[in-house]
Amino acid sequence: MLLTAQNISVARGGIAVLEGVTLALATGQAVVLRGPNGAGKTTLLRTLAGLQPPLKGTVEADEAALVYAGHADGIKGALSVHENLGFWASIFGGGDVDAALAAYSLAPLADRPAAALSAGQKRRLGLARLIVARRAVWLLDEPTVSLDTAATAMFVAALRAHLAGGGGAIIATHIELGLNEAGTLDVGPYKARAAAFDDFDEAFL
Amino acid sequence: MASLWEYANPRKFITTSNRVLPWVGALALTSLSIGLVWGFFFTPEDYRQGASVKIIYLHVPAALMAINAWLMMLVGSLIWLVRRHHVSALAARAAAPVGAVMTVIALVTGALWGQPIWGTWWVWDPRLTSFLILFLFYLGYMALWSAVEDGDTAADLTSVLCLVGSVFALLSRYAVLFWNQGLHQGASLSLDKEENVADVFYLPLLVCIAGFVLLFVALVLLRTQTEIRARRMRALLARERMG
Amino acid sequence: MIALLIRDLRLAVRAGGGLGLGLAFFLIVVVLVPFAVGPRADLHRVIAPGVLWLGALLACLLSLDRIFALDHEDGSLDLLATAPLPLEALTAIKALAHWLTTGLPLVLAASVLAILMNLPAQGYVPLFASLVLGTPALSVIGTFGAALTVGVRRGGLLMSLLVLPLYVPTLIFGAEAARRGAEGLPYATPLMMLAGITFAVIALLPFASAAVVRVNLR
Repeated sequence: MLLTAQNISVARGGIAVLEGVTLALATGQAVVLRGPNGAGKTTLLRTLAGLQPPLKGTVEADEAALVYAGHADGIKGALSVHENLGFWASIFGGGDVDAALAAYSLAPLADRPAAALSAGQKRRLGLARLIVARRAVWLLDEPTVSLDTAATAMFVAALRAHLAGGGGAIIATHIELGLNEAGTLDVGPYKARAAAFDDFDEAFL
Repeated sequence: MASLWEYANPRKFITTSNRVLPWVGALALTSLSIGLVWGFFFTPEDYRQGASVKIIYLHVPAALMAINAWLMMLVGSLIWLVRRHHVSALAARAAAPVGAVMTVIALVTGALWGQPIWGTWWVWDPRLTSFLILFLFYLGYMALWSAVEDGDTAADLTSVLCLVGSVFALLSRYAVLFWNQGLHQGASLSLDKEENVADVFYLPLLVCIAGFVLLFVALVLLRTQTEIRARRMRALLARERMG
Repeated sequence: MIALLIRDLRLAVRAGGGLGLGLAFFLIVVVLVPFAVGPRADLHRVIAPGVLWLGALLACLLSLDRIFALDHEDGSLDLLATAPLPLEALTAIKALAHWLTTGLPLVLAASVLAILMNLPAQGYVPLFASLVLGTPALSVIGTFGAALTVGVRRGGLLMSLLVLPLYVPTLIFGAEAARRGAEGLPYATPLMMLAGITFAVIALLPFASAAVVRVNLR
């Protein structure tokens, strides 16, 4: 198992949004998170990534095996595309920058300052970071925003390659990725309900 | 015998403090009145400083409480960081304005005390200067509480600030001593330790100190209750939003 | 770790990086002081060490909010928090980058601006020494303040309120060392106290800064 979550509750701003979530990610497996906006998909992903502790329950995963990609791409406009990826490659311990650029057709843009990229190109650069990170578990929050069909196909191809290589992925997305092997987790049923008044800390926050 | 940690329960804290408050408040008022009246009107004048020395009945207790309030905040912050008791963090928050006002009282009374002796309304005497710096630390602490929206995050940040600030406040005390008097010269101005304060001055001073301590306790209990109620209101509002 | 340092240095040096802003502010402050206190050169000579220290300190202060704010805005901070780099190392490197791009230039500029303030010749070495030893502390303490206010919108003024009292010991010993040196007196004691504060702060404060960053990312 690459990652397991046992009966976890996650909170946003101190208020519980999801409770009782249990999931297990095996090698080569992808899980797609579904649910309306505001349901708690982002909060769940951030908790799994270790950015915030779960309110209850535990997440078991090797910290060194996770890589997270959120809404913001973490791209520095003043650096070139190649410099941005080179930075992340060094941080994560030496991935292949050129291969990542090739996977997202960014090679012709390699020396362009990242500020001059379109939204779609920036997102492709952000996704290329996942390849240089060379980590087993991808935790992705709406990765296909700003991507056209061609770019989305690049992403799905990269994802398939990652899964085939023994990686895993948990992806929150509204679109159909066309991955037959992906499981789905609808977060709707896990919506946290207001607990009874009994526990003093619950009524306290 | 119930453990002290029971009072970490907000509800129990409020019920207990409600019972205790009237007594503490009454005692505070009594000791303050007795101490101040005794000190100001029924003690002889100092042969050197005249009547202005009587201001020590306000200055010394206020200065002591200014420091003790910060220490209490430090303890509260540590308890929050280690045991996550909300009451502890809120008590620290509640104590800060009280401590800040005590610091201002100490500064103003210190200036009033010194004016006849120095001829000016302010000198950068090491002790007064240290209290001025302490006042700045109080302001920063209170400002940070107000600036952060999430209660737990605010408690965490202000607790760390209080810890780090305590170290720097202590460091500043010695730096200021060095700055105004060099490290190893003795204190030249008698705004520092009261030299051999005679009994006739000392007893009303003790009563005043007791009064200030009780006043501090009463105010902090009251303010902590308010903080608890405010947090509870926010929790209830948040609960409503959850549906 | 080096990668982060190089990245931050690159960003500071490129357009919009704010490299010269601290220096320009330092210059402006030093130029304004004679307008504020009058043109007498003997007065300037007396207050020169203090004014230069204060100017350097304020210039440092102004560039502190860049330390974390930019990374927080574009999501890099989240990504760095999930990277193999420990947060303690992150805050230490951020402080180092700040010192290299702000503190160190200020130290070099101070020796030049001292001419404007009519600093006695014997004061140059003490001034330089005190600034070299003191500005790293300003960067590390400032990083702590920046970490505290990362989540606060327009938290610049709040950060100044938090950081300035923490700067007092460094300012006292640093300016005292510069002042004694300018008067020809021995200044080893305040210089050593200054160095002590700087080293202690470098060794210990990154842990507090990291804890605070962690809290703010939750």
